[in-house]
Amino acid sequence: MEEIRMEYYLIISTLMLFIGIYGFITRRNLLAVLISVELMLNSVDINFVVFNRYLFPDHLEGLFFSLFAIGVSAAETAVAIAIIINIYRNIRSIQTRELNTMKH
Amino acid sequence: MEISLQEIVFFILAAVIVVCSVLAVTTKRILRSATHLLFVLFATAGIYFQLNYSFLGAVQLTVYAGGIIVLYVFSILLTSPEGDHAEKLMRGKFFAGLVAALAGAAVCIFIMVTHSFGAYRIIPGEIPMKEIGHALMGTERYQYLLPFELISVLLLACIVGGIMIARKR
Repeated sequence: MEEIRMEYYLIISTLMLFIGIYGFITRRNLLAVLISVELMLNSVDINFVVFNRYLFPDHLEGLFFSLFAIGVSAAETAVAIAIIINIYRNIRSIQTRELNTMKH
Repeated sequence: MEISLQEIVFFILAAVIVVCSVLAVTTKRILRSATHLLFVLFATAGIYFQLNYSFLGAVQLTVYAGGIIVLYVFSILLTSPEGDHAEKLMRGKFFAGLVAALAGAAVCIFIMVTHSFGAYRIIPGEIPMKEIGHALMGTERYQYLLPFELISVLLLACIVGGIMIARKR
């Protein structure tokens, strides 16, 4: 069966990473920033898996690192959303413009 | 030029990923942004299935698409008032982000295309689930019990931390 070239997958994940970086720079809502971070994490997972599949097919490092990265990103999202909800409770807004103090 | 089924599936997934990621970071409404992120995660799971890593694809679908997106949608509904739109972007910020992203992407893709990765050695077919299970639960070399336990401790810490941060005082 004809396999797709590895570079195609890498190009897709690179595009996804830099779209995430663009969103991280330009978005003004904390949750939207978090969504951009999620895009970046996801693109790195694709890279791990593709390198594992194409270059080292008899090991499973890439698969397991992606698995653990998914777990870590779930944990990170949970804590970040808890912080964001707490911020919303204190200043009634989650726009980065209005976040100029960490005290409450 | 003849196009195989693999390639058709790949190009559909690639188009979904690129279009939906762009929409996820540019759309004005935050809830739509989360929905586009969901489509990106589905397409990523499709790529894992296409690479014959079904276990990882299933994990991606259950943890990301099933768990994290629900968390996002709930928190968006909790924190965004009715009819909330993103404010107009300043021109300077927009161009700074666009230039940074395009320049970075151009450099990375150029390096990737010109670099030779060596010969591929693709083993066709699925990895047996038994092998994945043994690798996940073993303590020898190339086995991953320690990171697995570490993840469980990290998740516990995050549960406690999340409750501590978000509880009412």
